[in-house]
Amino acid sequence: MAKEKIPRQKMPEQRPEDRRRNFQEVPFGYTPELAQLEASRCIMCKKPKCIEGCPVEINIPAFVALIKSGDFIGAAKKIKEANALPAICGRVCPQEEQCEVKCVIGIKNDPVAIGRLERFAADFERLNSQIEPPPLPSFTGKKAAIVGCGPAGLTVAGELAKLGHKVTIFEALHQPGGVLIYGIPEFRLPKAIVEAEVDYVKKLGVEIVYNAVIGRFQTVDELLSEGYDSVFLGTGAGLPYFMNIPGENLNGVYSANEYLTRSNLMKAYRFPEYDTPIAVSKKVAVLGGGNVAMDSARTALRLGADEVSIVYRRSRTEMPARVEEVHHAEEEGIQFQLLTNPVEILGDDQGWVKSMRCIRMELGEPDASGRRRPVPLKGSEFEMEVDTVVVSIGNGANPLVPQTTPGLNTNKWGNIIADEKTAATSKPGVFAGGDIVIGAATVILAMGAGKIAARAMHRFMMGIPEPSESEAQGMASSKS
Amino acid sequence: MNEIIYKKVLAESVKELRVVAPRIAKARKAGQFVIVRANETGERIPLTIADADPKAGTLTLIFQEVGKSTLLLGSLEVGDSIQDVVGPLGKPTHVEEFGTVVCMGGGIGVAPMHPIAKAMKAAGNKVIAIIGARNKDLLIMEDRMKAASTELHVSTDDGTYGVHGFVTTILQSIIDSGEKINLVVAIGPVPMMNASCKLTAKFDLPTVVSLNPIMVDGTGMCGACRVTVGGKTRFVCVDGPEFDGHQVDFVELVKRQRAYLKQEDQSRQEFLQHPDKRCFETAT
Ligand SMILES: Cc1cc2nc3c(=O)[nH]c(=O)nc-3n(C[C@H](O)[C@H](O)[C@H](O)COP(=O)(O)OP(=O)(O)OC[C@H]3O[C@@H](n4cnc5c(N)ncnc54)[C@H](O)[C@@H]3O)c2cc1C
Ligand SMILES: Cc1cc2nc3c(=O)[nH]c(=O)nc-3n(C[C@H](O)[C@H](O)[C@H](O)COP(=O)(O)OP(=O)(O)OC[C@H]3O[C@@H](n4cnc5c(N)ncnc54)[C@H](O)[C@@H]3O)c2cc1C
Ligand code: SF4
Ligand code: SF4
Ligand code: FES
Repeated sequence: MAKEKIPRQKMPEQRPEDRRRNFQEVPFGYTPELAQLEASRCIMCKKPKCIEGCPVEINIPAFVALIKSGDFIGAAKKIKEANALPAICGRVCPQEEQCEVKCVIGIKNDPVAIGRLERFAADFERLNSQIEPPPLPSFTGKKAAIVGCGPAGLTVAGELAKLGHKVTIFEALHQPGGVLIYGIPEFRLPKAIVEAEVDYVKKLGVEIVYNAVIGRFQTVDELLSEGYDSVFLGTGAGLPYFMNIPGENLNGVYSANEYLTRSNLMKAYRFPEYDTPIAVSKKVAVLGGGNVAMDSARTALRLGADEVSIVYRRSRTEMPARVEEVHHAEEEGIQFQLLTNPVEILGDDQGWVKSMRCIRMELGEPDASGRRRPVPLKGSEFEMEVDTVVVSIGNGANPLVPQTTPGLNTNKWGNIIADEKTAATSKPGVFAGGDIVIGAATVILAMGAGKIAARAMHRFMMGIPEPSESEAQGMASSKS
Repeated sequence: MNEIIYKKVLAESVKELRVVAPRIAKARKAGQFVIVRANETGERIPLTIADADPKAGTLTLIFQEVGKSTLLLGSLEVGDSIQDVVGPLGKPTHVEEFGTVVCMGGGIGVAPMHPIAKAMKAAGNKVIAIIGARNKDLLIMEDRMKAASTELHVSTDDGTYGVHGFVTTILQSIIDSGEKINLVVAIGPVPMMNASCKLTAKFDLPTVVSLNPIMVDGTGMCGACRVTVGGKTRFVCVDGPEFDGHQVDFVELVKRQRAYLKQEDQSRQEFLQHPDKRCFETAT
């Protein structure tokens, strides 16, 4: 009982007025004392509900107990049995909807801060020890090719390497990490952490080939005929949607992907030290209400904009972004134009954005998604002065691989169709997972899909038959 | 890292590099390009594959030094390496036996035209090449274009070599001569492509142009390269780079190419003023 009296521990963080103009990480993370205090709030349930909420089934009470006892490195090792990228997930997982929402402490009080503890353990291990990979089994003689070095691809690669396979990742860009490196900004996920986590996967013997756009550089069929026994497609959801309103090709209008790629991957925030330029803006409008929109808005602020607004057509309750991100954005001074929809972007004679015409919306009847449908309010049009617009309304599937891979089926949105239980596609020996299959989702779901795919690829390459339903049940329960 | 094994100055500020990239040399087709990043702090810029030698595993890149990135590339020497070369990108040129194909290359556009002319000729077409430059000293690849075509015409804006006038001047006279033309391919600065398309539209000659908007990733992920073709937004890096020239909104393309003029100028000035920074910084 006494335990529940300890409140959920906050993470110390940069003050909003300081951080709104720098790219350093916002929270500083727990100190060992805070971490132990927070860990002591966990009652170590016999049937831990929290694990059910974690897509990769980390043994949460076990690692939390190790933190409580002061064995921080042991805690990190425990997490890594199930999750190869804990410093990343501890930072970017939507914990409030996953592990933490299930925590029993959360019924009456605030749930145990599982994500923060995970992050603490991973950071402690990285900063205080030489991270050694586990002993690897001898080479199975099988080779796997992984297309895309995002969280899905990295997970499959790590898992297969641990089973003794030779693994090569082919990545289109010049750096590993997928969205972790080009999309999520430095102030939310420092790139040094992504690099450290990728290094761990490399230590498992995984080779990464950069600048390799599969479909152009080499096709999937070529990979299969050139010695790879199976192929995993983890190419992500990297096709930006636009609004299809007039004026979208004016200078100063970006997709969130372009805006964030210039800033993160190409380090335009350090121009001219780095050569890639990005717009120098005064008034920025970010269209959309998800995490990507928050990241774009907060990046714009840090790049020096005077005024940044999120323009979203529904109300705050429907915003898909994490509450924490919205809160951070608000603290930093981002403005919210809710129930507002852009109808046209207007430019000057040089082709630069100068304003945006919007219309106010009101919420009508619920639509197919169950959310109340926004309907335009007649006569409410108004003009907003802006010099930069970042369109952040979602991403679809890049068609490059499906177009060049005969026999690979996709659905009507262009996502690759893969079996939920085995990640197998319509093409023998080819597996897929992550955003390219389920559409833009989360890091941890991409990793979960990667684990499923790795197990299936292992069986496929070794000629082990699919487990029957009951065996599969047994496997699942023996894991936790 | 892709090593440079050959370098040549073709004209004032136009350089040719041959770089080692075996897989790309094998996979590439006419009309495709690569994106290069000179060093760790460099930007990603697209360059057409002007030629490739699959046996030697090399690519030929020909570029004009216009700003920081191309100046930096131009400062590399044989034995140095380019940090990243990614490709082949873009859709290959649609090559078949059309009959008579006019291949027009203006300025640095002769470089991307070269592999297309070569492929068109190999497919059995009569290739009439028209190449042009502002003056004699800026004209590039005359010999290679001669070899790649059935007949070659040359123009210079100032009349210092070949026909006095533009490549369109020559195209006009070929049309006037009554030659039956099945396809025109025009590559060069936007005004040149625009003028070529205006001319060919008058005679209903199908015309393909290769567009050069600003790019970042080159894989369809960012949308920086979007252009309007036939009223629709297209991504040049994956839907192109070649499009029906009569459908392209060239006015918008020019405006979009000028999006970073200020920053480009700043980069260029800093580069020229700090010779100490010019040396090639290799990645750590
Ligand atoms: C700005 C932003 C913020 C986000 N914030 C969060 C967050 O806070 N929490 C969260 O859980 N999720 C977040 N997400 C979502 C999350 O990042 C993705 O769901 C996750 O990265 C998907 O992983 P993936 O491995 O499937 O694909 P990706 O991470 O997209 O990786 C795919 C990789 O494949 C490469 N590739 C593509 N095509 C080819 C090809 N033909 N050949 C070779 N390589 C190729 C790409 O270059 C890329 O590196 C965010 C996404 C964005 C864009
Ligand atoms: C598909 C394609 C193929 C090309 N092939 C060739 C070629 O074979 N030879 C050649 O000399 N040039 C080629 N270009 C143009 C070349 O990419 C630009 O000249 C180069 O990027 C200029 O960079 P810079 O830093 O030297 O100059 P900057 O001073 O930065 O820019 C000069 C101008 O180049 C354009 N530019 C700038 N950055 C980019 C970028 N990231 N991507 C594209 N254009 C940019 C802009 O219009 C700008 O105003 C090609 C462009 C495309 C899109
Ligand atoms: S990986 Fe994500 S869902 Fe799983 S325990 Fe960690 S924070 Fe929770
Ligand atoms: S549900 Fe909460 S209290 Fe129970 S084990 Fe999990 S984290 Fe601890
Ligand atoms: S360059 Fe990014 S989509 Fe074409």
